[in-house]
Amino acid sequence: MIYLAGSGHPGGSLSIIDVLTVLYFGGILRYRSEEPLWPQRDRFVLSKGHAAPALYAVLAQAGYFPKDYLWTLRKLGSILHGHPFNIDTPGVEAPTGSLGQGLSIAHGMALGLKLRKYDSRVFAVLGDGEIEEGNIWEAAMSAGFYKSGNLTAILDYNHLQIDGYIHAVKSPEPIPEKFKAFLWDVIEIDGHDHGMILDTLQSAAKRDPMGPPLAVIAHTVKGKGVCFMEDSVDWHGIAPTKEQYEKAMGLLDE
Amino acid sequence: MNNLVSSSPRDAYGKTLLELGKKNTDIVALDADLSKSTKTAIFAEAFPDRFFDMGVAEADMVNTAAGIASCGFTVFASTFAMFLTGRAWEQIRNTVAYGNFDVKLVATHAGITVGPDGSSHQAIEDIALMTVIPNMKVLAPCDSISTKRLITQASESRGPFYFRLPRGKTFEIHKDSEKIDLGKACLIREGSDMTIFSHGLMVYNSLLAAEKLSRQGIEAAVVDVHTIKPIDQQLVLERAEISDKILVAEEHSVNGGLCSALALFLARNRPVKMRFVAIEDQFGRSGSESDLLTHYGLDETSIFNKSMELFK
Ligand SMILES: Cc1ncc(C[n+]2csc(CCOP(=O)(O)OP(=O)(O)O)c2C)c(N)n1
Ligand SMILES: [Mg+2]
Repeated sequence: MIYLAGSGHPGGSLSIIDVLTVLYFGGILRYRSEEPLWPQRDRFVLSKGHAAPALYAVLAQAGYFPKDYLWTLRKLGSILHGHPFNIDTPGVEAPTGSLGQGLSIAHGMALGLKLRKYDSRVFAVLGDGEIEEGNIWEAAMSAGFYKSGNLTAILDYNHLQIDGYIHAVKSPEPIPEKFKAFLWDVIEIDGHDHGMILDTLQSAAKRDPMGPPLAVIAHTVKGKGVCFMEDSVDWHGIAPTKEQYEKAMGLLDE
Repeated sequence: MNNLVSSSPRDAYGKTLLELGKKNTDIVALDADLSKSTKTAIFAEAFPDRFFDMGVAEADMVNTAAGIASCGFTVFASTFAMFLTGRAWEQIRNTVAYGNFDVKLVATHAGITVGPDGSSHQAIEDIALMTVIPNMKVLAPCDSISTKRLITQASESRGPFYFRLPRGKTFEIHKDSEKIDLGKACLIREGSDMTIFSHGLMVYNSLLAAEKLSRQGIEAAVVDVHTIKPIDQQLVLERAEISDKILVAEEHSVNGGLCSALALFLARNRPVKMRFVAIEDQFGRSGSESDLLTHYGLDETSIFNKSMELFK
């Protein structure tokens, strides 16, 4: 997808794809791809919108749109924009791409669903660089205060942002302590261990909607699955060459 | 003109929101620690379950409003114009407007007439910031009657809106609320020699100036452009046919507000002789409402003098 598009973000897409796979195909999210706006659906917000290719791949697999659409990513006229856009893409709940905004939007959804008296849940995926944004902590404070227990934030803790390792750029760490201070519960998991992701998200989906929100800190590797992309700052935002693409697909198939 | 009563448009907003909330359980309101000033407190008291105070966090308030709206609610979000359009601009642009959510942003304390609090609180660029965003409709009612009518109509129309209301009271210019409609400018005073377009509390100053002009033998029409975006193209063109002399008066920067919108529209469609009464490229400062209007050249005398230039 990113190879054909000629641009995009492979590293942060690969680090979160295991989590998205479990969310959509592990029976966690309740959705109807043939009725994308089914009112009682669970909501998913990809706050780190640059991982759009990962989201589009699961949405296509889930049946929201034909899989060949994936090859139109980022092209004029495509319904798959460089960053998620709710109006054009079925299954996308909110526009993201400008970092730091998705948690507030997701929290609004959590409040709205409770007002509707639905037992639907909201999941949001955040980047570890992204949480340097102030708006994230405004939202964290709100969700903690309002006891929005139907909200789960999943942090893609891959230790990299654009300018380098997060501890070198401007570390948001310690992260669990921060969420706890904002009255959230926190669980840390291996973000590539499907069994562990499944158990955690299953328990998240059973939490008291009137209790504290949950932050799942998913320890991940940026570029996971493609050895030459793994843990590399260089693979944040560039497309592979033809040679690199073929090599990467071979590695992912293994 | 002398017998007009004055009232507070933000009181009218608060009361209207209460009425809407009674009729429609899908109305939700948010504020950012200014609910007593913006008057969303009236709604909050009646419907505590449908009101969320997001604290001093405007960006969070705006995105939360979009999230709630995505569940089928019509969400009103209020705070002062400076903090709503300034602090949360990108949230408004990238979430509310781009995502086309049913969020009504109702800002109070807009313009220079915020007064003594000074420039940090005087939004004189809010209309520019909001009109530049696609999907966003922008309104600046001049009195309580039109505020009530237009807020009600906006609540019945899906999608993002921005309302700017002043801090103080304004004279009740409109008599018949039935004649006020979203998107349609209101001809308040007839006159064939020139037309003054304005919005908000400048409509009243324009009327005063028009009386003064009349004493000089110049009959100026006065139009209340409560809907700045989308502009009432038909009425603007009609007025330009009647007279090719047009003055725009607004309590806003001369850049990006009604002055800019009309100058662009007329330059493209029917070039005419124009004059502008607005705040030149500068910040506000502390002062009383009336002292500031005089200092920044927004009073009736300034409108009169600039109008006279059209006849030189
Ligand atoms: C508000 C904003 N500022 C800057 C950017 C540019 N940007 C895109 S991705 C990124 C780094 C994000 O790092 P992280 O959240 O850790 O993402 P990941 O490592 O999961 O790819 C930046 C700065 C942006 N998209 N939005
Ligand atoms: Mg990262």
